Amino acid sequence: MKALLALLLLLALPALAVEPNERLADPALEARARALSRGLRCLVCRNESIDESHADLAHDVRVLLRERLSAGDSDTAAIRFITDRYGDFVLLDPPLKTSTMVLWMAPPALLVVAFGGVLLAARRRRAPPAPLTAEEQARLATLLKGQE
Amino acid sequence: MSRRLITLLPLAVFLAVAVYFALALRPNRDTQALPSVMIDKPVPAFDLPSLADGPNLSPAAASGEVVVINYFASWCVPCRIEHPVLMALKSQKVTLWGIAYKDKPEESRTFIAQSGDPYARIGVDRDGRTGFDFGVYGVPETYVIDRAGHIRKRFVGPLTPEIAERELVPLVRALAKP
Amino acid sequence: MLIELGHFALILALAVAICQATLPLIGASRRHGGWMAFADMAAMVQFALVGIAFAALMHAYIVSDFTVINVAHNSHTDKPLLYKIAGVWGNHEGSMLLWVLILAFCGAAVAAFGGRLPATLKARVLAVQAMTGTGFLAFILLTSNPFLRTDLPPANGEGLNPVLQDPGLAFHPPFLYLGYVGSSVAFAFAVAALIEGRVDAAWARWVRPWALASWAMLTLGIALGSWWAYYTLGWGGWWFWDPVENASFMPWLLGTALIHSAIVVEKRDALKSWTVLLAIITFALSLVGTFLVRSGVLTSVHAFAVDPARGTFILFLLIAAIGGSLTLYAIRAPAMQAGGLFAPVSREGALVLNNLLLATATATVFLGTLYPLALDLMTGEKISVGPPFFNKTFGPLMVPVLVAMAAGPLMGWKRADLLGALQRLWAAFAIAGLVVLTGLYLTFGGPVMAVFGFGLAAWTAVGALVEWAERVALFRTSAANSFRRARNLPRAAWGTTLAHLGMGITVAGISASAYEREQIDILAIGATMRLGAYDVRLDAMSKENGPNFTADDATISVLKDGAVVAVMHPQRRFFPLQKQTTSQTAIRSSLFADLYLALGEPDGKGGWTVRAYWKPLISWIWSGALVMALGAAVSLSDRRWRVAAAARRGTLGVRA
Repeated sequence: MKALLALLLLLALPALAVEPNERLADPALEARARALSRGLRCLVCRNESIDESHADLAHDVRVLLRERLSAGDSDTAAIRFITDRYGDFVLLDPPLKTSTMVLWMAPPALLVVAFGGVLLAARRRRAPPAPLTAEEQARLATLLKGQE
Repeated sequence: MSRRLITLLPLAVFLAVAVYFALALRPNRDTQALPSVMIDKPVPAFDLPSLADGPNLSPAAASGEVVVINYFASWCVPCRIEHPVLMALKSQKVTLWGIAYKDKPEESRTFIAQSGDPYARIGVDRDGRTGFDFGVYGVPETYVIDRAGHIRKRFVGPLTPEIAERELVPLVRALAKP
Repeated sequence: MLIELGHFALILALAVAICQATLPLIGASRRHGGWMAFADMAAMVQFALVGIAFAALMHAYIVSDFTVINVAHNSHTDKPLLYKIAGVWGNHEGSMLLWVLILAFCGAAVAAFGGRLPATLKARVLAVQAMTGTGFLAFILLTSNPFLRTDLPPANGEGLNPVLQDPGLAFHPPFLYLGYVGSSVAFAFAVAALIEGRVDAAWARWVRPWALASWAMLTLGIALGSWWAYYTLGWGGWWFWDPVENASFMPWLLGTALIHSAIVVEKRDALKSWTVLLAIITFALSLVGTFLVRSGVLTSVHAFAVDPARGTFILFLLIAAIGGSLTLYAIRAPAMQAGGLFAPVSREGALVLNNLLLATATATVFLGTLYPLALDLMTGEKISVGPPFFNKTFGPLMVPVLVAMAAGPLMGWKRADLLGALQRLWAAFAIAGLVVLTGLYLTFGGPVMAVFGFGLAAWTAVGALVEWAERVALFRTSAANSFRRARNLPRAAWGTTLAHLGMGITVAGISASAYEREQIDILAIGATMRLGAYDVRLDAMSKENGPNFTADDATISVLKDGAVVAVMHPQRRFFPLQKQTTSQTAIRSSLFADLYLALGEPDGKGGWTVRAYWKPLISWIWSGALVMALGAAVSLSDRRWRVAAAARRGTLGVRA
């Protein structure tokens, strides 16, 4: 249903992302708004930030974000204003918390494991071959005997 | 770790991924479901002009009763599909409030006049600001508010007779009990 | 009639593929020459049959035969011929047919050009290739048949999505599929080697051209897609870390690792089991990509229309192909003999580092793409993983890759002198340092990361040139002697230099995006807005009529210091059939920057929204990719592939 809705919105509004009339007069504030809106997901779209999206709701969020910044909100407060209503789902940069621990920790962990594995393998390969076990000794003996 | 175990690792990882893919393909998985962060939080403050010429609509008007708030718009096709379900809810004595979302009041009025009025009261959210406070994605969306004025449940998309019978009505009845 | 012929040819192709997948395998295990040789003929016939099927569908598109459901849904009589043809693969069914056509083509190519391959290996490779073919032919015939007819043909077709009616996008899928499907050959070689239980230098020498060719195609495909996004979307974005992009990027990353690790197998007989694994997983990622795009598991901007039945089918294919090959790997790989020893600091060591980092990067992209889905399935929690995540995790992983890239080719096999290699790179270091210092000085307070990006780009590119200069002994001997050395330099070495140089060019282009300028305003006719050093003036608006659209055409002059430097025509096109509006951007490219204009909506008072961008070095991103692909092509033309491949298990060709 949502997909259908998003599609209808897309068809109805061929506008392109940030519109001139949305922008703030203060360039510093506008730059902050642009930077923040690049990290916010357009809720009814698929993997688009509100900065890129033409959807109606993305427009609303852009305007609200600018209102909060104009009212003197800090970046965190303005983002908080949106996550309070829509949850962390809107953040394209997933915050570090229990449920995203694996996501954030995996890349460095993988790198460490991979390096460790390679070093271990290299060390093992350079080590002299392990002495034969008693069982292998016996087997060797029988093999040698068989050849004679 | 033996060499054999290491060479089994790729297969194990792949099988785990394949299981995920299989789960993701489950036919009844709702890919669009989005849990609301507003659940169990007090209903946001709002003060909306009435669609009729009545007093403004605000949470205080619930006066300790369970209400179901339904966001709708005349331009929204799924809302028209949902409408008969809302009419049925009305006949079951469920208190429905409508909030006309980003809709011209005269067009909302025409829509209600044509399809029937299931709502006890209707507020006009012309710019969608109240919708934003609720965390509305699109219309229709339906919220169940308990007697203490907390949001207890959100339904995204049109209510079907099944959802209304199995989930919404029982929830409203349960919440209504003192 | 032709359509039924095509349909029938496809069914026959399936039958041939089934035979090709089984008989040669039996022949190879029993050393039965005739049964093995059957694979060659079968591969050719299969290709011919799929070719007939594809031609039949294309014919239906060209003549607009709307009794064919697929044509009716995706074509229209008014569509230009190019897009009628491109429409064949602009939809799910047709694109799968193209997939299978390329798969069959690769099989036929192995049969035709693999004359020197040992008979058993060749038979097994073709059999594995046919197994993949069987799976996908069955997939098409059972779930995605493009040859179905309707009794009630519409008067005209529904047309192709206007967004897809674009030359860039018309050729994006074929390249991408050549890349995806090309990796099936390396996969087939890997599985065949596992069945044979033997991986050696000769094996690597057969696999590498295939891996290289498919990597080059994938590079072009991805670059084409990115370039298309750039000029279509109206604000110049070119990469979004969208799941579908990631689906093509993952096999590219791992394919890059594969073409490097195969060098180690070829030259040093080491990393064998790892290389086989890479070949399997590279193709696995191509299949996973296909699955993700077509099953609706992930939602994305450019996903095809989804159907769970298709998803289930591809999942089964995936489990059969990948699960099967990885099981075989788990059984056979432990027995593989590790080959040549090497010190950590050596050419091999550098290539291992490259592989480690690229594999980790691939895993990171994989995780970032699938984590939201996994979390949703486990806990119901919804999160988004967007560009900021990938920039923070993938970005840092690429830094050591680029740093090592310049040094690697300068290091000797077995044991290298790192200090010596770095000393020879003094020029690269000096230039990179100069770039960073100049950059920091010029753009003080500006984007620091971008400056270091330029430094890395300079390091990579100059490093590639230094390595080339070393090989031809530039400035250390007479010019004539250097020229002679350059002529005698193996093509593969030229290829390395070009590919690494291309990477440096792309990195420079990416870094430069931090300096782009943007101006968005409503302009009335005659009004001007400022864009960096330029003035952008809307001169006139006019209406134009295209074959299947109408357009608002803007005449916009771009001025610098009062003089007109460009007159550009961005358009807004309206496609009445689909009731869809698209934005046709106007771009003026030069070596150092692009001027980019997009026309927005009218404000109803005579003004038009105009978006203007100045994008420095942006075209370097795709030029770099082109140079990389060119490097691969040059490398492929190396006659050593053909000559040396003759000597199976013979001496390792002496390095020039």
